[in-house]
Parts: sequence; structure tokens; C-alpha cells
Amino acid sequence: MRIIIPIKQVPETSNVRMDESTGTMVREGVESIINPLDLYAIEAGVQLKEEHGGSATVLTMGPPSAEKALREAIAMGCDEAILITGKEFAGSDTWATAYTLSSAIGKLGAYDIILAGERATDGDTGQVGPEISSFLDIPLAAYVSSIIEITDGKATVERLLEDGYETLRVELPALLTVVKEINFPRLPTLGGKKKAKEAEIPVWSRGILEIQEGELGLKGSPTRVDKIFTPKVLRDGMMLKAHDEQSAQNAAKEIVKFIKEKNLLQ
Amino acid sequence: MSSKGVWTISEWGEDRIKTISFELLTRARPLADKLNTELSSVLIGRGLEDETARELIYRGADKIYVVDDKNLESFIVENYSAVLTALILKHKPEIVVAGATTMGRTLLPHVAVKVNAGLTADCTSLDIEEGSGNLLQVRPAIGGNIMARIKTPEKRPQMATVRPKTIRPAQRDEKRQGVIIRERFGNEIIDSRVERVGHRKLDTGGAEIQDADIVVSGGAGLKKGDNFKIIQELAKTLGGAVGGSRNAVDRGWISYPHQVGLSGKTVTPKLYIAVGISGSIQHLAGMKTSEHIIAINNDPDAPIFKVADFGVVGDLFEIIPLIYEALKEAM
Repeated sequence: MRIIIPIKQVPETSNVRMDESTGTMVREGVESIINPLDLYAIEAGVQLKEEHGGSATVLTMGPPSAEKALREAIAMGCDEAILITGKEFAGSDTWATAYTLSSAIGKLGAYDIILAGERATDGDTGQVGPEISSFLDIPLAAYVSSIIEITDGKATVERLLEDGYETLRVELPALLTVVKEINFPRLPTLGGKKKAKEAEIPVWSRGILEIQEGELGLKGSPTRVDKIFTPKVLRDGMMLKAHDEQSAQNAAKEIVKFIKEKNLLQ
Repeated sequence: MSSKGVWTISEWGEDRIKTISFELLTRARPLADKLNTELSSVLIGRGLEDETARELIYRGADKIYVVDDKNLESFIVENYSAVLTALILKHKPEIVVAGATTMGRTLLPHVAVKVNAGLTADCTSLDIEEGSGNLLQVRPAIGGNIMARIKTPEKRPQMATVRPKTIRPAQRDEKRQGVIIRERFGNEIIDSRVERVGHRKLDTGGAEIQDADIVVSGGAGLKKGDNFKIIQELAKTLGGAVGGSRNAVDRGWISYPHQVGLSGKTVTPKLYIAVGISGSIQHLAGMKTSEHIIAINNDPDAPIFKVADFGVVGDLFEIIPLIYEALKEAM
């Protein structure tokens, strides 16, 4: 079974600091990591490989430093990696990103399944996975929480929707985007780390992908970021301290009063 | 033919039009008015009566495209995408908006590729730029730390998904008039490679968190799984749904469908009550657009208080029972 896993390198956002004057993120000292939601796709791929045999190829489009994310994926059990890099890719929106990744996947030859994270924690669009399936014209199952079985060239999966779980059977090759519930991503092993360190990672550019310049990066992106601003997040909230019985009782009463005033009591 | 008209993609399920469809009409009506054009809505499903479609007219649409087919009973992205792609190519709308639901966030990317259009995800505000007439799409990014305004200068249609529950559903006005157009398709829209095998409802023990007006969430401050009962009972008393922080989910105190935050769900209820949740950036990203926020935590410096309208610093095990008592008196 040939498994392909497109991933993204993102800034570690648990300690995001914003420059209030410019409204942009302070990038200095911020570590780059594999998009946390992509770890579930990598783990799902490695598990499928363990069960069915075959290989897992991980690929990313990003700056040269994104190679680190690819090596981490190899350390988790992926077999090979491809880095798509070059300044002509900069400024890609989801459409152009999906187009580039689809072209790269097309170059890889036959495959059975593409696994992607539900979305990236920086852009937070969740669009690239479905867009790749549309470009490649292969079946899509989004929000997959469980791969029930893969038999006779079909995958039976469960998807997590707003109101429940839907079971879908899709013919392979297919693209699945996976949610956190699907597994617990493993940590890299010592052997994996050694393999990752030694791995040769081919670098692909526009020429190899045979994409016209006008179809990628900013030029190939239908959408444009027009303005960035900082949202109003702080509310002038009332604060009460409940340090003894009386103040706790008062706080409880005030909360209920607040709920009542907002007409939220049924 | 140049592109013209504003479209919303309505959602249908369990014999009713979902509320998000009416929210989209609230969003899109002023866009159509500013552009001096028609507002249409697309309704795809099975067993769709004129009476059902008319509901969308009462809520603000001028024209409804109904696609009713036995093969379109459930949402299968390939089939719905084939239908919507054909409709867009035929009628050439300039704007298409859908809900940022599991359906909208799957369908619109699929269609955007087919019709070669720009798509912006999970918008919290839409407007028309004076002069150019371009759609201005505002959305949170990087965990809600920044807001980005996005334009699609050339490609048409301009497509966007809109975060649910960020605007009131359009009001009903039975005097409104409109046109219902039934569009028919053959079997070419059916992708035989995909089959829906089944569906099981979530056992939420109450409302779904993305649909609820009130969400009560618990976090690490609850100390152990058994204590999550406190959250469940409070939610039940208030008629709300139960949520949890990533911490609570990772410790197995509550299941993943209840997780609020960047790696879980984004909720926008009328009231969000955070109990024993310190408020990591990731958690705040999933709840800070709630209409009202109450936080209870023993750490006065917890970031959750920065986004709260009402904060109580204290021991949740002491305060929650007192809230019950006060609630009982008030109800």
C-alpha cells in the first residue's frame, strides 16, 4: 500500500505573542513544528503501513527550513520525504497550495491513500485537503475519526460530524482528512531519529512539477490578504473574589443575576 | 455573461432547513442590496416541497434553486459538488456563501477547485467594498490572534464559508415574494465510488455543543473525571451542552466530540461558562466569539479572565453548589 501524507510546518502557537503596534505575530524565538493536527495523519499512515505493508511518503511545501518537519515525520515511521520549496511558491493561498501539492502527488506515480490533517493550526482553513481531492478527482472523506477497514480496494471509515458519526465506504485511491480522535501519535524512536538524520530528502521546484509560473504562489492565488488587524479580545469583565463563604455566596448570586439579566434562564 | 447575483447554500437535514441557512440569509441580504442584485439560495436534498423552499423566501431570498433527487438524500461531497458546480457554471453568481459547518467546509473547497474560484474559510464578517464591489471577507487566523481581511480581486465567483451562530437567523416575513426554480440532473452527478453506509447519533446526553445556546465547559481544575458530573449537572440545569478543554479530553474525562478549542470545535453560544479552565490560546480560539462568557477559576492571573464578561476567582467546588442553590431560587 502506497500512502501519501501532505503536511505543513507551522509556528508553535501555544505561546503566541502579538506585536500590538503592527498587529502581527512576533516570530522571533518562535519554534516551528509539524502542524499538531498533521501528527494524526502521520500516525494513521504509519499504522496502515504496519497493518498492510507498503510505504509512506510525506511531503510539504514551505521554506527550506521545513525540511526539519519532514525529518520528524520520518523519525515517526515514514519512509521517504519530499520538500517542495522555492520563492515562487511564496504567498500561496489554499487553492494554489492544493494545486502545487496535487501536481507533486501526480509526479509520485500510483498511490492508494492520501492522509491529511483536518486543518493547520495557523491558517485554520481546513481547505487544502478537500481541494487536493478535487484536483486529483479522487473520493474524499473529511473529518475521519476511525478507519474501520480497508479491503477489496475500498476504505470504510467513520467521520465525525456535528450531530454524530457517519460511515462512508470509498473506493481507493481516496483522500482522508483525519481528526484528533483517530489515534495517539507516537513519539519518534531512537532508530527512527537515526534514519531521519541520514535520510536524503529530494527538493522539488517549479521546474520538476511542470507548473506554469502564473499558476503558483501569490500569482496563482485567487485570494489576497488585504489587511491584518488585531481583534478586540479583551472584555471589560467584572471580577469577583470568592475567598470565604460569604463572598462565595455573593459571587454565586451575582452569576445567576448576570445570567438572568441576559435572558438566558429558560 | 458577467457574474451576477449573491447565493447562499442552504443546509437540509432531518426534514428541516437548518438554522445556519437563515443565518446565511441575514449575512447575504445586505450584500445583494449593496450590489443591487438578487439574493438566491440553493437547496439540495430529497423530498423538498415548495413549501419548504418558500421558507427561504420568507427569510429573505428572492430566488430558490431546488435540486431534489433520490440520490441526494444525504450529503456526499462528490455528488453535491457536481450539482453545485453545474449550477454555478450555468447561472454565474458573483458571490457564493455557505456555513463553516462540516458540510460547507467540505463542499466549498471541492467546488472552488472545479470552478476555479477563490475561497475564504470561516468568516466572521462579510461586506462589499465601495467602488470595486469586491467582497470583503474577515476571518480569524492563528488561533484568533489576528483578523485577516481577504479579497478575491479577479476570479468569480467569490466564495466564503461563514462561522455558524455569529449572526441572528433572518426573521420570517410571510409577505415576501420570490421564485422557486427546480433544476434537474441525470445520473451523471452520482459518484459511484462513494457510498454512505450508515450514521449514528452522538450520545451527548443533551444538546450538541455547536448548536447550544449555553455551553458549560470543564478543565483541569476539576482534578478528576468523576468531578465532571458537576459540569454535566450545571449544564443540564441551564439547558445547555457540555464542553471540555483539551486537558479534560486528553485525560479521558470527556470524549473528543465535546472538545472546545483549536484542535476541537469552535463554539459561539449565547453563554459560555468556563469552569476550572485556565484558558490556553488554543482554548480561547474555540470560544472567545461567544456572546457572553463567565469564568470560574482559582488563579486570578488565568488568561480566561481576560476574555470573560464575568469572572469569579475562587474554589469551583465551593462555588458551583452555591450557583445551583441560587439558580433553583431564581427559576
